[in-house]
Amino acid sequence: MTFELFLQMFPIALMFSAPIILTALGGLFSERSGIVNIALEGIMMVGAFTGATVTVLLENTTPAAAWYGLLAGLLSGVVFSVLHAVASINLKADQVISGTALNILASGLTVYLCQIIFHQQRTRAFSNGIQKFSVPGLSKIPVLGRMFFDQVYPTFYIAIAMVLLTWFVVYKTPLGLRMRACGEHPQAAASMGINVAKMRYFGVLVSGALGGLGGAVMVLTADIQYTLVSIHGTGFISLASLVFGKWNPFGVLGAGLFFGFSTALSFYAKDIPFLAGLPGEFFYILPYLLTIIALLFFAGKSVGPKAAGEIYDSGKR
Amino acid sequence: MTARKEKIVLPLIAVLLGFVLGSLIVILTGRSPLSMFAAIVKGFSGIDIVNGQPINTRYIGEFIIQAMPIILTGLSFAFASRTGLFSIGAEGQLMIGSISATAVALLVDAPRAVHLPLVLIAGILGGALWGAIPGFLKARYNVHEVVVTIMMNYIALHFNNFVILHIFGSVDRVKTAPFPMSALLKSPFLENITRQSRLNWGFIPVIVAVVLFSFIINKTTFGYSLRAVGYNKDAARYAGMKVSRNIIASMAIAGAFAGLAGAVITVGTFNFGRVIQAAEGYGFDGIAVALVGGNEATGILLAGLLFGGLKAAQPLMQSQGIPREIAGIIQASIVLFVAMKFGIKMVLDKFERRQAPSTEGDRV
Repeated sequence: MTFELFLQMFPIALMFSAPIILTALGGLFSERSGIVNIALEGIMMVGAFTGATVTVLLENTTPAAAWYGLLAGLLSGVVFSVLHAVASINLKADQVISGTALNILASGLTVYLCQIIFHQQRTRAFSNGIQKFSVPGLSKIPVLGRMFFDQVYPTFYIAIAMVLLTWFVVYKTPLGLRMRACGEHPQAAASMGINVAKMRYFGVLVSGALGGLGGAVMVLTADIQYTLVSIHGTGFISLASLVFGKWNPFGVLGAGLFFGFSTALSFYAKDIPFLAGLPGEFFYILPYLLTIIALLFFAGKSVGPKAAGEIYDSGKR
Repeated sequence: MTARKEKIVLPLIAVLLGFVLGSLIVILTGRSPLSMFAAIVKGFSGIDIVNGQPINTRYIGEFIIQAMPIILTGLSFAFASRTGLFSIGAEGQLMIGSISATAVALLVDAPRAVHLPLVLIAGILGGALWGAIPGFLKARYNVHEVVVTIMMNYIALHFNNFVILHIFGSVDRVKTAPFPMSALLKSPFLENITRQSRLNWGFIPVIVAVVLFSFIINKTTFGYSLRAVGYNKDAARYAGMKVSRNIIASMAIAGAFAGLAGAVITVGTFNFGRVIQAAEGYGFDGIAVALVGGNEATGILLAGLLFGGLKAAQPLMQSQGIPREIAGIIQASIVLFVAMKFGIKMVLDKFERRQAPSTEGDRV
């Protein structure tokens, strides 16, 4: 692989990394508060559908339509995740089943609404998603400029900002400490006067916001419209990034970049001499295969929040 | 409520609430829930309430066709579930079963009495192998089966398309050459009695699978030790059961059920191998079927017929102006309500307690 090709891959890799990082950070909030959220895939679908729909509908009235789309995607993710919160916190549902239900619901609901609004199985195509730009000055830096500042999507910087913000909230604020306590030992947290249900609502709703934003980012940068297959497993890859990144914001950043590159590789494989002969299907498989391999190396060793996935029983010792 | 009554009442309430929620969504989007229910009745029986058509066996045949694979994927999910595993891998195992069946159907030349069983066995083995992989990773490296099985589904999808396109050299990039008659479940007799529906002999392996599921789980030592692992891994290990072996075996058998579903679809509903654009939902349908059926053979059979009818009604809804995805929404709501069974039980218990003193009062 030539170095030039490697540099060319960067903008695409960063484009695919951004939604994975954002959504995985969402998963971090949820799991740190003690609620397993495999509904991330469904939340991304809802965010992507809403983001694309709002962009299409506002396109003729404002040039910033795609940005409203991002905001709408974020909000729709919050609304959708309320279902998971109510089911798993108030009604003590099995979190994996509830998450699975939300994933099925999202694929039904989004296409249903497409049919109602656009009379077809997908949204209408938008003419402009989020636009690429080059950071003035920084993009002129040799090598590094081409890697991170030239012709990139601003959504990648949003993802970086969210990594820093997540780190600050989770590790440097009382709120973060309380949230983590609920994910490790909710009974102990409750005995110190922490409202476990409230903390978990916070975790799940933030995961909805970030997952919804991630979905909207994905459709508005990597696609031209929302379809049933727009997200194609990215929510689950984000979940794997969370494990791979050891439930730590910076780990998540690294894992997200890794999966972004593995996706970008499938676009550039035909230009790489020793990979060019392999069939295209091999490269479609690659991100999913790498996810399993990554889990294989890290799952046994990395330990997640201790109480994540357990139904909270305030009477348990 | 007694535990037995609970097992029947709670899923029924979940189904009811699912339909209520589905109707609400239909109303909110300005459509009529009545035409949705009319479509569902027609999907099950061919009875057309609006235009006054009597029962039509063709519709019954078509709805059983829809129910067959999802009963099998339901058995698949339930089997893993009984060992405490949450497998979302039926979709991929089904695809591998279907590609294995395709290979045997196209490559083997034998009379039907040999060829057809070989095709079904190939599907079963393909699915079992695909299921054993996440089972092994779980048992050996403690990798969570949910994420692995989902990833395996995507890998199976692209692998299936690779095999159809590059190995069997699909001419139109959509399907393989048609299978020989000796590989098919097709039955002119069944087609005749159901007014030329696609009904075929596939329901026989489905019934065998339902009986076998119940037998293995309830009547064998092996089934007992699988359930023991599901209840408490550590206790089972302490009692001398081979936990790792049981996890792998359970996932492999779960995969076998799904693989059989793939074979039944490929040589029953279709007569060629297909390129698949995206997951077709058989796996998620199976989860819904198993959860509503309470992970029991009889329950799965009934729930499979219910959701099969719902699937058969989808095109009828679409022609009534109701987007077909409403069926998926109803199904997801039912799963969500099944998941909330503790909450529903709490409400019911409260209701029962309020009722109880008044009935006693009446007696005095």
